Amino acid sequence: MNRSSRGVVPLLLCAALSPEASAFSRLPADSQDGKAAARPPASSLTRPASPAKPAGADGFIQRWLLLEPIPVPGQLTESAVRTAVETDFSVPATPFPHDADKLKIGDSELAWHAVDTLNYNVNLYHFAYALNKPTTNVLFWAVTVVNAPREMSGVRLAIGSNAASVWWVNGREATALYNDRQAVIDDGVSRRLTLNQGANVIRAAIVNAGGATDFCARFIDENDRPIKTLTATLTAR
Amino acid sequence: MKWRIAVAAACLLTVPVVALDGQPGMHDPSTVIVEHGKYYVYATGGGLPMSISDDGWTWRRAGGVMQAVPGGKPGPDVIARGGNNTWAPDLIHLGDKYFLYYSAPGTQPKSAIGLLVGKTLDPESPDYKWEDRGPVVWSDGIEDSNAIDPGVFHDPTNGTLWLTYGSYFGYIRLVELNPKTGQRLYPDRKPVNIAINSEASIMIFRDGWYYLLVTHGSCCQGANSSYNIRMGRAKKVTGPFLDNMGIDMLQGGGKLFLGSRGRHVGPGHFGLLDLGDGVEKFSCHYEADLDRGGISVLDIRPLLWRDGWPVAGENVKGGTYAIESARTGTALELAVQGVPVGGLRGRGGRGGMPPAPGAPPPPPPAPIPPQEASQVAASWPAGPASARMAPYMLQAQQQWTIAPAANAGGYPGSPFFKITIAGTDRVLAATPDRELTILPAFTGAPEQLWRIDQLADGTYRLMPKAVPNSKDPLALSAAGSSMPTLATFNPESDRQRWNIKTP
Repeated sequence: MNRSSRGVVPLLLCAALSPEASAFSRLPADSQDGKAAARPPASSLTRPASPAKPAGADGFIQRWLLLEPIPVPGQLTESAVRTAVETDFSVPATPFPHDADKLKIGDSELAWHAVDTLNYNVNLYHFAYALNKPTTNVLFWAVTVVNAPREMSGVRLAIGSNAASVWWVNGREATALYNDRQAVIDDGVSRRLTLNQGANVIRAAIVNAGGATDFCARFIDENDRPIKTLTATLTAR
Repeated sequence: MKWRIAVAAACLLTVPVVALDGQPGMHDPSTVIVEHGKYYVYATGGGLPMSISDDGWTWRRAGGVMQAVPGGKPGPDVIARGGNNTWAPDLIHLGDKYFLYYSAPGTQPKSAIGLLVGKTLDPESPDYKWEDRGPVVWSDGIEDSNAIDPGVFHDPTNGTLWLTYGSYFGYIRLVELNPKTGQRLYPDRKPVNIAINSEASIMIFRDGWYYLLVTHGSCCQGANSSYNIRMGRAKKVTGPFLDNMGIDMLQGGGKLFLGSRGRHVGPGHFGLLDLGDGVEKFSCHYEADLDRGGISVLDIRPLLWRDGWPVAGENVKGGTYAIESARTGTALELAVQGVPVGGLRGRGGRGGMPPAPGAPPPPPPAPIPPQEASQVAASWPAGPASARMAPYMLQAQQQWTIAPAANAGGYPGSPFFKITIAGTDRVLAATPDRELTILPAFTGAPEQLWRIDQLADGTYRLMPKAVPNSKDPLALSAAGSSMPTLATFNPESDRQRWNIKTP
């Protein structure tokens, strides 16, 4: 949570965006008849245009399904985050969602959006802002499928998040970060785990209190080197 | 060793030494040598006393070298050139041989340095014996030299072998040796003078520099000994060896490496113990260990490097510390929700609210006491818990008590330690899957015992004595900013380097 960016980033963001800069243009823009003004698409996110997305040069996973942000109290302590993620605002792990699926949480109907990120990280601020959704005191759910060419043991999920986050690999919690923090590469690292040959489901919940919000994720080997042979798809089969 | 008092050495053989590390009482120790996992050191005394350790921490007397020499004493040529005392040896392993050099002074400065050659240091080996190869260098009692205190040096740049020697009467001298025989390579060449007013010389090499370490001051007077280790460096093995102020050691120069400190008076007789993987230690003796009645004892300590000079490191002492990753700057902690020190409270505005106009300034806020585990541990899990890393916030789950583990053995220079959350019995332990856990109580199991070596840059390597189901030595490692784990030590990386700081 970069408090110093409050109120600044939106202006800079608007100035920098252009329709050509992003293919993530299917996000709905509100009309101008008394509602919020239409917003340009997210500059760092695009619509997936291929069946699978290879891991980036540094192994980062760049294809995700993101659920529109859920308003939450925005507390970032371990107990508050776990309550939000596990109880108050949990979402079913199965079935694996599809792009444009809708999910009812409280009184809100929220949609999943398939995105590719142009960067190593997934900018949730861009995502929510382009949707005219809140970016403060929110919880984002993210899922993807990582496909391994062979079984890989002794690897670790390595993530960074702004702010707190909890992560699962194939249904088992892998790592978690709490409190107000910036998204630092390999900030949270799991114990050694095994990736199945083929599909492996990654789920994450990211809680933001205010300011910027993003995450990054990759797998690393025993020597902390990124694993670059993985691909990301958005189907669990 | 100036006018050594034979009685002092003889006393060391008989005075019982407290069991802290077995029997470390000795004077003028040689370089510590490792053979097949055992540590050997030789010292001044009748028959050249030998000490052995299985772990580098607990030492025991193991007879004398001369017991394995035909005749049981220096050969007649050595005695003729010097005398029949046996002092201050040094040795080196080259190829399949050990070359052991020893001082054989008569009435100083008439002295000689003899050579013994053997295949093994292990008295239990059928190959154990020492052959007398006669005197290597000597001083006639008139020249500016006292041929005792040998220090042998194998030059890693070209494989040449050298011997430094001397004690106060004149110069510290250097001669080249034959690496195949241990004898002088050019016996007709005049020795090179490289230092003065010192003794116990020995050379080491690092990064293009030859370092000459010598001992200044007086010995053999217990706590009244002013012994201290000094050094200079040169680009050539033959010198000139200059100290940090550019003063030649031939003119008395010498940067202090180690002086008296704490409970130890009069360090002398430096020896390098290179354990590999960038872990270097040095051995020395103290003229007086005040914790052992003031006798002279061996010590082994970390060898650090700073600005191109060796620095004497400190073995870890028991205490409460923060353990901070050199890789990430985050601190090892019990994975529980932290509580701010002093509890959750407002800060009264940025710097506090100013007093109303005309009102007296408010009293300063009361100090906030340190956070103790007893204040916050009620919500901690009772059973095993995870370890993780986080920014250090002075919180109780981040403070570790490092304490020597009783009767658990050790490693060169230190006993094994247990590492517990301060104020609790919760102990850091290795798991069979090469990760970490924090157990409710210490049982003494090897996976709960830690070896802590200070590295050349002053950081520390922490290794469990054993990892269940693993034969490989593993070190505490930072996998990212918040995940402590166990991994093979890589001396080139900060992953396994830790700072141990006062909390």
